Amino acid sequence: MKKNKNVLWSPDRSKFPEKNPDGSLNVDLSSEKYVKVWHGPNHPGVTGNMSLELTICGDEIVQAKTHVGYLHRGFEKLIERRKFIQGFTTCIRMCVAEPDSNEYNFSRCVEELSGIEVPEMANWLRTLALEMSRLQMLLRIVPGQGNATGLGMGVQWGIYLRDLILDRFEELTGGRVYHMYITPGGVRGLLPDGFKKRMEDTLDKIDAFIGNITKLMYDNAVFKKRTVGVGYLDPSWVDKFGVGGPNARAAGFKRDVRKDYPYLIYDKLDFEPYTATDSDIYTRSLVRREDIRTTVDIIRQILAKMPDKGDIRAQTPNVLHWKIPKGETYVRSESSRGEYGYYMVTDGSEFPRRINLRGPSYVHAVSLLEKMLIGANIADVASMMVSLAACPPEIER
Amino acid sequence: MMEQILQDISKQFEITDIVKKRDNLNFITCKKEQTISLITYLRDIKGFSHFVLLSVVDWIEDGVFQLVYFLNNPEKKIDIGIRTMISRDNATMTSAHHLWEQIATYQRELKEMYGIDFPGSPRVDESFILEGWDDIPPMRREFDTKKYSEETFFPREGRETNDPEEYMKKKLYPDEEK
Repeated sequence: MKKNKNVLWSPDRSKFPEKNPDGSLNVDLSSEKYVKVWHGPNHPGVTGNMSLELTICGDEIVQAKTHVGYLHRGFEKLIERRKFIQGFTTCIRMCVAEPDSNEYNFSRCVEELSGIEVPEMANWLRTLALEMSRLQMLLRIVPGQGNATGLGMGVQWGIYLRDLILDRFEELTGGRVYHMYITPGGVRGLLPDGFKKRMEDTLDKIDAFIGNITKLMYDNAVFKKRTVGVGYLDPSWVDKFGVGGPNARAAGFKRDVRKDYPYLIYDKLDFEPYTATDSDIYTRSLVRREDIRTTVDIIRQILAKMPDKGDIRAQTPNVLHWKIPKGETYVRSESSRGEYGYYMVTDGSEFPRRINLRGPSYVHAVSLLEKMLIGANIADVASMMVSLAACPPEIER
Repeated sequence: MMEQILQDISKQFEITDIVKKRDNLNFITCKKEQTISLITYLRDIKGFSHFVLLSVVDWIEDGVFQLVYFLNNPEKKIDIGIRTMISRDNATMTSAHHLWEQIATYQRELKEMYGIDFPGSPRVDESFILEGWDDIPPMRREFDTKKYSEETFFPREGRETNDPEEYMKKKLYPDEEK
């Protein structure tokens, strides 16, 4: 693991914790050299409803276990007993923070298995909704990184701007958090009058935010001291653990589903996802700040290039009697946190036989986080979790 | 490209039910005994270095679980889904945790949710989501969610259930009853 230059002293790792002859750690809590600490589920430094069982030696972590299940609602099971259109309104709840990826992936699975072709205008609007969703999520994660190290101001800016994006969502879809705009067969409506102008005003404010957050957070000596060289994600772990999205891009891997497996109208847009190589907390946060810039640019391109009108819905069967022939598919899209996939199996009935969400946090917040926390300082746990953008609901679906 | 890979696989493994879903996505079925060897071959020889997902489908009417291993080749940008059928009565599969670190988590979840055992997989017997669960694995098709919730959560003491029509009549027109 990369040495953190900011740490002045750390325990002699060759002595503590002691190792058993087979190489496993001899963590004897009664020896009084170790303390077990629960980080969450009620903790300001936890990114959602999960907890970490940490074994500490001094202030270094020697063992870490992720615990989830605080938010399990059995969505995948429920969807198996619901018609496709009912499953659609259920699946979006699998990720509260960024539900539009669920809408899109579910709809695309249904369309692909039913052989439905979506009109081009709907694809433009779907791309717009997905990018708006990415933007509002990034406006939480980016300043949230500062919050994990005590910089609360950026979060207030971010939440204000996120609210402006939610205003745009409200006028486009009628909903602020759950939109149900991208439905099987197309989208629910065209842009309202004056939407482009209001969106442009919002984007201008976000442009200013990028400059402000850079001065507040990225140029801040304390923030740098707490994040540069900390939470190093070894590039060799990217494939070993299945890391994707901004976390992989911060480790030098040019991976983005929008570029690698173009869907919707991404191949008609001119953008280049930001990639860096230092792979620490600071770099991952930097990648996400640049992602905001890229997303703002993409939304501007969409608004400039998209047609003014056109069909927004394909012909679909009666949603209450929609039977899909036996089949299976896997679709993926790029969420703000990485590859977001859906595996759907149908059996010819009105109900899906199986639906399985593959969320990036399933990897980032369980096996990878458990590995990365070994040897970390307990004060950096919150910061590391935010930098991986751990989102528990997509782990426990 | 994908055709060449499928041809190469066919020479060494018994694969059936090849379904081309998209240009870059194929599903194949492989024998249970050969599945882990096939996955290892695809990872080490064919560049499928990214493990995407391990999922399962319960075909209760056929008495089998369908395990699906999704592999991705990030260089060639192609995906393959490898299906393998295992008996529901003896739901055991060889562990693949030595190939990718995150597989242990998937296997732990499948043990809990479907009762499929992966002997040797780290922490496979630890509960993942359902702490203290004592019923049949809940993602199995025969598990009745409605029955379970009715038995577990309702009726709660102190809670009355009223017929809406009768209740409103009593509330709005109490004298009519007399």
